[in-house]
Amino acid sequence: MTSQNNFREEVRAWLNENAPDALKGTSAGMLDGVWGGRRWQFRSAAEKQWLERMAGRGWTAPSWPKEYGGGGLLPEQAQILSEEMKSFRLPPPLVGFGLAMIGPVLLRFGTEEQKARHLPAICRGEIRWCQGYSEPGAGSDLASLQTRAVREGDHFIINGTKLWTSGADRSEWMFALVRTDQSPSARQKGITFILIDMSDPGVAASPIRLISGESDFCETYLTDVRVPVENVVHEIGEGWTVAKALLGHERIMIAEETGAHKNSGGAIPADVELTSLAKTHLGEIAGRIGDQVVRDQVAAIEMDSCAISLTVQRTRDAELAGQAMGPESSIFKAYGTELSQRRNELKMHILGPQSVGEGGPGFDADDLEATLAWLKSKAETIGGGTTEIQLNVIAKRVLGLPD
Amino acid sequence: MSLALNSEQSLIARTARDFVREESPVASFRTLRDRDDPLGYSRALYTQMAGLGWTGILFDEAHGGAGLGFAEMIIIMEELGRSLAPQPFIGCVGLAGTALARSGAGETKEKWLRGVVDGSRIVALAHHERGGRHDVVDVGARAEFRDGVFVLNGAKSLVLDACGADAFIVPARAVDAPGALTLFLVEANAPGLKVERQRLIDHRNCALLELTNVSCPASNVIGEVHRGSDLLERSIEAATVLLSGEMLGGMSQAFELTLHHMKTRVQFGVPIGSFQALKHRASRLFMDIELARSAVLAAARALDCNSNDASRLVSLAKARCSDAYKLVANEAVQIHAGMGMTDACDIGLYLKRARVSETIFGDARHHRNRWAQLSGY
Repeated sequence: MTSQNNFREEVRAWLNENAPDALKGTSAGMLDGVWGGRRWQFRSAAEKQWLERMAGRGWTAPSWPKEYGGGGLLPEQAQILSEEMKSFRLPPPLVGFGLAMIGPVLLRFGTEEQKARHLPAICRGEIRWCQGYSEPGAGSDLASLQTRAVREGDHFIINGTKLWTSGADRSEWMFALVRTDQSPSARQKGITFILIDMSDPGVAASPIRLISGESDFCETYLTDVRVPVENVVHEIGEGWTVAKALLGHERIMIAEETGAHKNSGGAIPADVELTSLAKTHLGEIAGRIGDQVVRDQVAAIEMDSCAISLTVQRTRDAELAGQAMGPESSIFKAYGTELSQRRNELKMHILGPQSVGEGGPGFDADDLEATLAWLKSKAETIGGGTTEIQLNVIAKRVLGLPD
Repeated sequence: MSLALNSEQSLIARTARDFVREESPVASFRTLRDRDDPLGYSRALYTQMAGLGWTGILFDEAHGGAGLGFAEMIIIMEELGRSLAPQPFIGCVGLAGTALARSGAGETKEKWLRGVVDGSRIVALAHHERGGRHDVVDVGARAEFRDGVFVLNGAKSLVLDACGADAFIVPARAVDAPGALTLFLVEANAPGLKVERQRLIDHRNCALLELTNVSCPASNVIGEVHRGSDLLERSIEAATVLLSGEMLGGMSQAFELTLHHMKTRVQFGVPIGSFQALKHRASRLFMDIELARSAVLAAARALDCNSNDASRLVSLAKARCSDAYKLVANEAVQIHAGMGMTDACDIGLYLKRARVSETIFGDARHHRNRWAQLSGY
């Protein structure tokens, strides 16, 4: 315990010294974070400095091994670092699919060459990754994907279309699922997990305009893309195993983004934004939200958010205590995303007539932001496996219900 | 504080599960119910449980207790809830026991607390009155100080574990200070006290109390005169966590019975659990139970370490358990379909227990209101 207290002191002193003052107190969500890559535009000098200093200590990926650019921290130490960053209300220095998804997968399944080549670049934020999973004909039924990879000597020649590739137009690399066995009976066994260099002339990414008016996702066309065989992760035909492991990381990431992991472990977080919005728009009676029905709904959302945070904490505590847990990431994803949507719906209801603006006069920036957040939140129960798929996973893998 | 069970707690859980399964299965509850047992529980079995130390878990060693806490107590409650075991822990240990333990020094307190801790005495706490809902301050019973004693008048309803109790703790308002509550200990044989058994749908031990000029010496005041509200509220919080633990066990068992049914009941040539419409409902129930479990574990630990968040976490636990148990039980009946409507199927027993448990110490709506109030909106 003493050594952990020492570590906490050391971390606190280092953060105090090295974290840019401009960023203290600005803690942001993942979507507002630094995604990295060669095309990344830093929004301030402090943001760049914060990334460089943290990467220098290996703390962009605190628990990864030092030899790959990580911090080599024990789980308890990584937890301390995270707590100390929270106490300064610092944003994460770097976010994205490299740290959250492909990195952990390479650590588990990658070859020595793959790890040495990609992980340090991920830690330094030099390389941005996108995910090539879904296709126009393969959504929830991911295993029906049709992108073909045909072996030609030391290379695969890849042809097909990938859909919902987040930030494909701003990424250097893609991790993708491709079909290496075309026989109709192969299904999951014919799928291979492969790393594709986006600078190949056969790769073309086209942004998709969404209901929010934004274009976070692309449709990505792969035409005779040549990929060396050594870019296969794990075995040829074993891509499904890798994909499932990665989806677990993706679900935790989405649950984190929707708030399920925020503030867990500490005091009960107060949803000040929601309560003050309700008081502003619906009035106050003796300090209470004026509308009793909305007040009940606000309390329900705050309480459910607390309950899911406690469940995340319980999972973590059980892991630390060496107790095995089931595939619980599906719970966090399914519950956390619906909760986030309920919160967005309630904000729209509270804003009432101020909630329907797209721009122009008559609406405040806060009104427009709430409306945009509501539209974007619709993606949460779809991406990374729809809620319906999560419920199937719980039914099968946790409850043991028959097919 | 960790939300995972430590090795001692895991051991308590195993012991409790084995003991309750063996000695107090649902069949014993049915036997008591079917013979219309006036207590609704087995006093001999309660004595055995006391022998295992269960009645003393919450209390310090100076009073014969084990000096453990709510984190351990809810483990026992969960097992009792699984088998619908109607032992008087919530009323006697949760309400009366914690009120006595926190009431300062005094001979009356010492005597009755020891009895609660060693299981030899049953004390009930009459917090509810007919017409009131869930607020502690809904008290109409009156106490008048006359000739050196308090004279109590009033009526109490839904008094948990009251049948067969040796004494009752009765909150009342002083005639000359109606704004404040005082808690009085009244022995079962006190003249003017009438205890009448109430019959609830879940066959919980419950009674109506009528007090007609019941005299109570000043030495039987529990805590301080006019300062009973806080003591009462804290005891209700304690008992609410015990009840939430019991509800967690009940909903878990009802859910497991339902899963078993889904895997074994065959229609259209396949187990009904293969239908996606039912799978999704089961998965949602599972999530609700998991969240309820986290809330109950957190509330128990918060009470154990006197956390500032304790009151809100107790409300969180009771709100989640009320909603989740009701939903699980309703869905369980629907999924068991025709069988779920029969008295022979246990599911109906959980349905009725869920409904009664929901109203005791406040339903989900009440606790969301309380949460909002404590959170400043």
